[in-house]
Amino acid sequence: MNDGLINQIGICIERGKVNKASPYPGDMVGEDGSDELTRKALSDGIGPDLILQACNSGMQRIGERFSRNEVFVPELLMAAKSMNAVMAHLKPYFQTGTVKAKGKFVIGTVAGDLHDIGKNLVSMVVEGNGWEVIDLGVDVKMSKFVDAVKANPGCIVGLSALLTTTMTNMSKTVQEIKAQFPDTVVIVGGAPLTSITAERMKADGYAPDPQGAVAFLNKVSMSWKNEIIA
Amino acid sequence: MKSLLDELKSGRTLVSDGAWGTFLHKLGLQPGECPELWNVTHRAEVFSIAKSYIDAGADMILTNSFGGSPYKLEHFGLKDRAIELNKAAAEISRDAAGDDHFVLGSIGPTGALLIMGQISEQELHDGFSIQAEALRQGGVNAICVETMSAIDEASIAVKAAKESTGLDVVCTFTFEKTILGEYKTMMGVSPTEMVKAVKEAGASIIGSNCGNGFEQMIEIVREMRSIDPTTPILIHANAGKPNYVEGKTVFPDTPVKMAAVTPELIRAGANIIGGCCGTTPEHIKAIVNAIRVG
Repeated sequence: MNDGLINQIGICIERGKVNKASPYPGDMVGEDGSDELTRKALSDGIGPDLILQACNSGMQRIGERFSRNEVFVPELLMAAKSMNAVMAHLKPYFQTGTVKAKGKFVIGTVAGDLHDIGKNLVSMVVEGNGWEVIDLGVDVKMSKFVDAVKANPGCIVGLSALLTTTMTNMSKTVQEIKAQFPDTVVIVGGAPLTSITAERMKADGYAPDPQGAVAFLNKVSMSWKNEIIA
Repeated sequence: MKSLLDELKSGRTLVSDGAWGTFLHKLGLQPGECPELWNVTHRAEVFSIAKSYIDAGADMILTNSFGGSPYKLEHFGLKDRAIELNKAAAEISRDAAGDDHFVLGSIGPTGALLIMGQISEQELHDGFSIQAEALRQGGVNAICVETMSAIDEASIAVKAAKESTGLDVVCTFTFEKTILGEYKTMMGVSPTEMVKAVKEAGASIIGSNCGNGFEQMIEIVREMRSIDPTTPILIHANAGKPNYVEGKTVFPDTPVKMAAVTPELIRAGANIIGGCCGTTPEHIKAIVNAIRVG
């Protein structure tokens, strides 16, 4: 029974079903969403870590479908909205340390660029995968990124740009972070970028889509764990 | 002067202008500055862009008002100057175009998403109405709602522009080729779905802009023509996906390449051809020559 409930929460994330009142998706109208089901699961005594795991895999599935171009921005946004509903219930468990994030991810759109859709998508999918996300917003000056790295030791930094004209600022920001914190891992992304461009900017990684960012972050955190074990 | 639609009825392929944004940056606009404010603070520079496309042989030019919706201007604290900045944009292009060339008032997306509740339909409608009306006052012949990706926002923009100005409305979407080989906007809209929706909203010219270069536009036009054999199609292609070389952004599609693709684009069914990001007066000149020779 519990398994069924947990799976259903994962499905609600994947399908973007927020709550009973939500008209989206059309074939789930009137059904409980992630909001109601999470409340029920917690009151049934299901561990928040199990709920989180189900959400992570639901988010993973929709992220992969997005990468395969089977779904687009609206579906991903609705999945993130559904995830937010779960996180509202799980927040107290994060605060007490019952459940832990995989790590910290600082993200922002670089100076001179006001576009937030791409940045928000990455931010939401990464958060949905179990990371703590510190979103610095749009038009983020270099100094603000540096301050955020200072305040969040060990974080990974993500830089976003949509305008072709702000790629220069992105490159400068990578250099500035690296100059002050040589060990900080920086990943870049955005419509005008390619992996070659990212390499030229001396970034550690490039992701063509939100799921690519998740894969990169998980790879980095795995390599850290392995280093500690070794 | 005939109306744009009457001119198109003659069967002649018309040429539109090239990039504004990348051109403004070349003239000194800094990243993070409001491009529309330049209509007042750097009138001469904005005029020089408009004029350069007229001199290149374009039949029509757009206006420096892509981000001129009150919602976008709010980022710069300029929401209250929406009417002034849009009207100035239209006046500058009209000055450059004279009375014998068309001016299309550019309206871009707000960047706010209806499905996430970031903006209401009413707010969108009111904002686009203010912008379109100011462009009309500044002397545009038609409104060009461009770079759209969501049906809801585009339909509201087209309706608002049409209702507030009574002018003809062009509507173009930006498509990307998916790994499955279809064309979709980032919101998942296909050219087929887009054509139906924007015509229903009142657009009398349809099309596509930006994207990943001229060649992909041929396939997009073919898809549009397969479901709509008659509505005029406008294409503003960018000069390909930019490369970042030694601190500079370089666009791969040259004027020669664009000129070479032009005849095929016309055969596919395009009626108005111009450029987007990375295209220059040289690109427009090359397209004009390709059409005249062809």
